[in-house]
Amino acid sequence: MLNEREREEIVELLRQETHASAAIPEALKVVQRHRGWVSTEAVRAIAHALGVDAGEVESVATFYNLIFRQPVGRHVILLCDSVSCAVTGHDDLRAHLEMHLGITFGGTTPDGRFTLLPIACLGACDRAPAMMIDRTLHGNLTPAQLDEILNNYA
Amino acid sequence: MHERPLTARIRSGETPVSLEAYLAAGGYRGLRRALALSPAAVQEEVTKSKLRGRGGAGFPTGVKWSVVPAGTQARHPIYLVVNGDEMEPGTMKDRLLLESDPHQLLEGILISAYAIQADEAFIFLRGEYHLAAECMRRAIAEATAAGYLGQKILGSEYGLAVRLHTSAGRYMCGEETGLLNALEGKRANPRSKPPFPQVSGLWGQPTVVNNVETLCNLPHILANGWEWYLGLSRSSDGGGTKLYGVSGQVRNPGVWELPLGVSAREILDACAGGMRDGHRCRAVLPGGASTNFLLDEHLDLPMDYSAVERAGSRLGTGTMIVLDDRACPVRMLLSLQRFFARESCGWCTPCREGLPWVARTLEAIEAGHGEMDDLEVLDHHVAALAMPGRTFCALAPGAMAPLQGALTYFRDDIVRHIAEQRCPWR
Repeated sequence: MLNEREREEIVELLRQETHASAAIPEALKVVQRHRGWVSTEAVRAIAHALGVDAGEVESVATFYNLIFRQPVGRHVILLCDSVSCAVTGHDDLRAHLEMHLGITFGGTTPDGRFTLLPIACLGACDRAPAMMIDRTLHGNLTPAQLDEILNNYA
Repeated sequence: MHERPLTARIRSGETPVSLEAYLAAGGYRGLRRALALSPAAVQEEVTKSKLRGRGGAGFPTGVKWSVVPAGTQARHPIYLVVNGDEMEPGTMKDRLLLESDPHQLLEGILISAYAIQADEAFIFLRGEYHLAAECMRRAIAEATAAGYLGQKILGSEYGLAVRLHTSAGRYMCGEETGLLNALEGKRANPRSKPPFPQVSGLWGQPTVVNNVETLCNLPHILANGWEWYLGLSRSSDGGGTKLYGVSGQVRNPGVWELPLGVSAREILDACAGGMRDGHRCRAVLPGGASTNFLLDEHLDLPMDYSAVERAGSRLGTGTMIVLDDRACPVRMLLSLQRFFARESCGWCTPCREGLPWVARTLEAIEAGHGEMDDLEVLDHHVAALAMPGRTFCALAPGAMAPLQGALTYFRDDIVRHIAEQRCPWR
């Protein structure tokens, strides 16, 4: 099920660990980097590659919020909904994004472009309200700026 | 002008401090001095400096180290784990240190690791800190190439390997024992204490977990001595400077390194520039989401461990969040409680079941469907969960801290929501 690159990367992770289970989170990330998300088949394949129980891999995969157990869009929007953003305009941003994209938290646009998710404080409170798209942080946001920012993501 | 050793080399908008620049500014002098001392002498120096943990709990760093069995009692491998899982809402201080001056952190890691005779160090970074991860990866490579990491560091008999681990999410990873489970590739559920990690931590081996900011203090303590470090502080209950922050509707939100014990008002006015036009400060959370509110009458108190505690709260991470008069306190409280309910790992029943109940109750009140009995439900949760003991970790007690304050300070606002069956701020 795993392709050659994924297998190589997971073998390399395993080589660095004394305990195979320590490689589980990173192995999940390897698959997610290649496929965007982690399917049940991938969970089994990772377990097989690491020589650990599939239930162990699944318990980790379903616990951590940056591991996606469902398909996501080409770009993932992580909108901070924690307290500093809550007092500086999060609600307006969320309403604008949900209207503009036609989805709510947890949803993916029908064209597969964006998935919208809430995220715990991004540590950018000096630039609140903030969000992260893929690996890029955007701060000091106003609803008016959102459309322009989203246009940069195809 | 006060000294600010942790941030002196940081220039806003510039690339991170390189190894060359760090050395030119006197970097790795603290490590040289530490390596010339015995591990016990390094511990003593840091204990005398009254450095207290900057991750939120404020435990004296030297005392934390001293619990690790040493000498003939030592059980190797010993691990140092760096808590860089900065996820406490309102907190943005470790990010600055990680992204701007990575060698300061590496030097701090080396000193802490030497003090406990650690064989390996892990830097645990939250998954969203991509820039910090790149910066640390580069610095580790630089330091290894220059002989500051690896075998026989600076010609001594001491060696250390440092590994970077980037997290896959969840607030629970910032909890000491949850973090250890996460590093082992398990769910980040808390462990029962005792045994404490210093005795049985990562893979059952002796382990110390230190916060990023805490470690960044060490090079300066070792290079300049504990007396100098004590002199940086304005407070009697701890040495050094502290990275304070302010977020909310202030003119200039940010992070500043100031003497430990400056007043909240100084930080709010002199650093954060006061409130934005049309906003008044109603209350602040002094150190993240899991600290109780302080009111205007408390703001002249020193922001140190004991004074904030006497005012009914905790210094926490030292990064304040301001509630202004134009924001609905119930809406703010709802954001806090939704966060804690979502981030509960589910390990302990009172936390797993109680926190969502609190969040749902506040949702109903904010949406205009609250009932007067809801106040009792909220009071009951505070009574049941605020004191440690019913749950393995401090997440639920932390969640109750701002709830307890809000039920006291903003009770009228909550009652108004229920009586009018709407949010008066909308």
